[in-house]
Amino acid sequence: MLLNEFLLLGAALFSIGVYGVLARRNGVMVLMSIELILNAVNINLVAFGALHHTVAGQVFALFVITIAAAEVGVGLAIVLMLYRNRASIDLDQVDAMRG
Amino acid sequence: MVLGATMVAQHVAFGVIAAIVIIGALRVVTTNNVVHAALWLVGVLAGVGASFLLLGAEYVGVTQILVYIGAIVVLFLFGIMLTRAPIGRELRLTARNWPMGVVVALPIAAVLSYTLIDAFGADHVGDDTRQLTATVADTMFESYLIPFEVVSVLLLAALIGAIVLARKE
Repeated sequence: MLLNEFLLLGAALFSIGVYGVLARRNGVMVLMSIELILNAVNINLVAFGALHHTVAGQVFALFVITIAAAEVGVGLAIVLMLYRNRASIDLDQVDAMRG
Repeated sequence: MVLGATMVAQHVAFGVIAAIVIIGALRVVTTNNVVHAALWLVGVLAGVGASFLLLGAEYVGVTQILVYIGAIVVLFLFGIMLTRAPIGRELRLTARNWPMGVVVALPIAAVLSYTLIDAFGADHVGDDTRQLTATVADTMFESYLIPFEVVSVLLLAALIGAIVLARKE
């Protein structure tokens, strides 16, 4: 299999995730888009590991999966705080620090 | 002959997986229903897990299914439920300036694609890229033992942080 098939899939997934982070205004949806980006990174890590016949890529992909789980936990806790304090998770309304 | 058939099967499988992942990801960022977005996310994560299997990374593929689909998507559904998002169409999910997102994302896709094709245009990952789970375990607990322990401490910190943040005063 061509290495580029996997790398281009990762690139497309990354770009879609970036669009989601920028265009969504619901806090939970932004977190989902961040998951897309992290998955794109994992595809790249595993593909390069396969290219060089080493398991280091897989080990780092496992670390990324673990950290993604931690990130979602804290992120959802922050979104819940936001909901509790402002009764809305619309990110366009979170502009208390706007200059 | 057998090898050729395997390669064709691999390419067909990859095409199906890539289509599922791309369509699912597009639906995640464009659908007007929060719950549907979470369910499309399941498709994307399963497709990525399948591409790990295709690359011979069986342990990462299974972990992807277990952790992402088993735990993270459930967390998302709980988040959707607890923030009382309407279970149905919602017209205010996409920001008014979404074209700026396209303006940023399309150049990123173009530059990444050009760079990848330019740099790795002819590289093959080989026909047999399988790595035994035992090898992954050996590497993780020999070369990467300290990062592994640090990650476990990080998980504990995230756990405590999430509880402290979400708990009622």
